[in-house]
Amino acid sequence: MKEKAAIIIAGVVLGLAALLLAWYGNPANMGFCIACFLRDIAGGLGLHRAEAVQYLRPEIAGLVLGAFFAALAAREFKAVGGSSPLLRFLLGLLMMVGALTFLGCPLRMILRLAGGDWNALVALPGYVLGIWVGTLFLRKGYSLGRSGPQGALNGWVAPVTALILPLLLVAAPALIFTSETGPGSMRAPLALSLGIGLLVGVAIQRTRLCTMGAIRDLILFREAQLFLGVFSIFVVVLVGNLILGKFNPGFIDQPVAHSDGLWNFLGMAVVGLGAVLAGGCPLRQLVLSGEGNSDAWFTVLGMIAGGAMMHNFGLAASAAGTTPAGRYAVIIALVLLLVIGAAHSGAAMARRSSPAEAAGSQSKA
Amino acid sequence: MAELIDCRGLSCPEPVLQVRRALQETGEKTLHVLVSSAAARDNVKRAAAALSWEVQVESTEDGYKLILNKS
Repeated sequence: MKEKAAIIIAGVVLGLAALLLAWYGNPANMGFCIACFLRDIAGGLGLHRAEAVQYLRPEIAGLVLGAFFAALAAREFKAVGGSSPLLRFLLGLLMMVGALTFLGCPLRMILRLAGGDWNALVALPGYVLGIWVGTLFLRKGYSLGRSGPQGALNGWVAPVTALILPLLLVAAPALIFTSETGPGSMRAPLALSLGIGLLVGVAIQRTRLCTMGAIRDLILFREAQLFLGVFSIFVVVLVGNLILGKFNPGFIDQPVAHSDGLWNFLGMAVVGLGAVLAGGCPLRQLVLSGEGNSDAWFTVLGMIAGGAMMHNFGLAASAAGTTPAGRYAVIIALVLLLVIGAAHSGAAMARRSSPAEAAGSQSKA
Repeated sequence: MAELIDCRGLSCPEPVLQVRRALQETGEKTLHVLVSSAAARDNVKRAAAALSWEVQVESTEDGYKLILNKS
């Protein structure tokens, strides 16, 4: 019961955070979006030159640092890694292909839904489908292999990087890129963004809220713990939008969105499947990074690289819709995810539960 | 010696999947599970409780040992 209350509170915190940040300047239905913000950070660092989406979003830094402090306080901070980091980088990159086709991570899908953007209603079944396919691999023993303890510095890279990003904004604006027009120029004040990010990081670290886990656990275990958290984000933002007069139902002219239904659906299918294979949605990957999980940070780096790639190669969708090359990218991403899922199912499981290994660990224990 | 499932280093939901399968198949009354993260500890605990197993948690050098007893 206590756990249920906690995850609902985390969902409420995240919902209020999104409302507040959008109210104070972030783009509409984009108070908090991991994919959009990592794409903006890629632009802020000059990794792509799409001038409308460049800003070192302090929410991301806050999120990682909040998770870091919460993990330290709970004695859960631990440098771990070594579970297929390169594949995780690729999974992060592929998730971005899907997210920047739909124009948002799963969190923003919920925000868009709660803002009346029905394009998100088309994307949601795609996300569920992607996750369902992922659970088929999980049932067949899908695994990227065990992680293990690492030297402490491995765990510090993510939080220290997160600390440097907002410092760059303040101390060295000439080194970085910051949009003057477009979504990248729409931003809540730095201190507010950072502070709310911190709070959200703490809430999610404590409750392990995950937009993919919410649906995955329902499918696999009929277990609604995480779903409660995600559902409360939706309720809070929906009610908030209704009160603030920001609920605008429809398909057309939604903020930072397009109505290319098929590709919204497939884009989120890519994110859903990628998130299952990576063991967490984009939001969760950032929180895990703050807890010292260097594998999760590889996934985040992959997402940043993916954001850069999508804009440098003209693959990212925009309010005008998807691009022909971007559609190919989604298909290629789906195929690659299926290959990774299949290659790491079955055989990996058999190897892992071999009697020799079990005996070995027993003596160690 | 109780059956031991080593889930150290596995990311969720793999520990839960392994433990659930073991709990459903085992003839034993007691099962030991090793996990390395608090998330895995809590998830396994919840899954075992849902299948009516009692759970005790011990801290180990590199994580947690869960002792599951059929209730």
